[in-house]
Amino acid sequence: MHGPLYDLVLLPLIKIVVVLAAVLLIVAYLTFFERKLLSYMQVRIGPNRVGPRGWLQPIADGLKLFVKEDLVPGQAEKFVFLLAPVLIMAPALVMFSVIPFGPELWITDINIALLFILGVSSIGVYGVILGGWSSNSKFSLMGGLRSAAQMVSYEVPMGFAIVSVLLMARTLSLVGIVEAQKAAHLWYIVPGILAFGIYFICGVAETNRNPFDLPEAESELVAGFHTEYSGMKFAFFYLGEYTNMLVVSSLATIMFFGGWLRPFPNVAWLSFLDVIPPLVWFLAKVGFFIFVYIWFRGTFPRYRFDQLMAVGWKWLIPLSLVNLFVIGLGVLLLKG
Amino acid sequence: MAAYIPILIFALVAISFPIITLLIARAIRAGSPDPVKAEPYECGVRATTTAFDTRFSIRYYLIAVLFVIFDVETIFLFPWAVMFDRLALFGFIEMMVFLAILVVGYVYAWRRGALEWA
Repeated sequence: MHGPLYDLVLLPLIKIVVVLAAVLLIVAYLTFFERKLLSYMQVRIGPNRVGPRGWLQPIADGLKLFVKEDLVPGQAEKFVFLLAPVLIMAPALVMFSVIPFGPELWITDINIALLFILGVSSIGVYGVILGGWSSNSKFSLMGGLRSAAQMVSYEVPMGFAIVSVLLMARTLSLVGIVEAQKAAHLWYIVPGILAFGIYFICGVAETNRNPFDLPEAESELVAGFHTEYSGMKFAFFYLGEYTNMLVVSSLATIMFFGGWLRPFPNVAWLSFLDVIPPLVWFLAKVGFFIFVYIWFRGTFPRYRFDQLMAVGWKWLIPLSLVNLFVIGLGVLLLKG
Repeated sequence: MAAYIPILIFALVAISFPIITLLIARAIRAGSPDPVKAEPYECGVRATTTAFDTRFSIRYYLIAVLFVIFDVETIFLFPWAVMFDRLALFGFIEMMVFLAILVVGYVYAWRRGALEWA
């Protein structure tokens, strides 16, 4: 009935626009929830002036950044300066094309999805270092260098932690990983608790969030790599950070917490939990990790840079190798 | 291959979204250029040198080189993990030997102080 154009272009395009709109809306309100949660953790009220109980705050923030003067430093590399925010924002969004939100609720299911996400998320490093370098400001340069070093350092243990999930699921497709957890009657958090710990610490470091927010350490680096950015370009760095948080949380949910599956997906007497649709389960789990992110920010002091590198290279890498060995051995013994 | 077309479309949409937004913002935003505003941020004093002249620690290069080594190692692990049920014990031992060789290099780098920051 429908032509090939409909199946190949139009249908995905509709899905993409819906996902994009949902992601941007969630990200905008994430900034609001973060400010609210942080203020409650610090016994303050937080933003409550714009709209009822402050609910229109993100829209006001967006509008303000939209019409604000956009300063470009006189000695900056103009083209690279413009390119950097796009390089942060676009990859963060593209990763949502392979994330399954529920059964049959995905834009596309490819058999290298996890590799694709790892690759695309690495492009974000370019945005950070190019933004820092092209500003031609010492604070930006230092922030960009630190950030690039931090992001590449934590990518290694993150990769090892992900491989230990692959040993159990033996597929790179995110849909396949969720289905493997259903078939295994168990969320991978149980055998993979260490892998999850490593993954989530690295995820926090990759997104430059507390306690690893060294690139933006305001007490020493002003605002790190985006010191010189203002207006909409700054907004894209900001949105990109929150979009990356969403991706890390979604991946944690899919790889370790059964994606859209309810808890104990094979225990029959818990089947009353199926009233809650899979999408809600998925979003609830992702929301929990977002909360943990904000909780970290409200709780932990910032690392020093040498401590940060020591944690990444001297603790997480050996630990993730040991974890890989143990999980490999476990899979071998249990299957054999 | 058809599964990859949505990704291509998504990439085009995701790239054009910030560009279009920036273009619209450029059309409607406020602007009163001023040479002082165009100076890089420098705590209230005029910058004497530009950041492009600033030297930075050699350790950033070292970290980058180490990262490339370890990241290539991770890439080797991906197909191995996906094929793990067929490779079984032989594949497991072989990969552990491969990792052991890299751990030797890792220990060497650590002993030579490549991982020290201060």
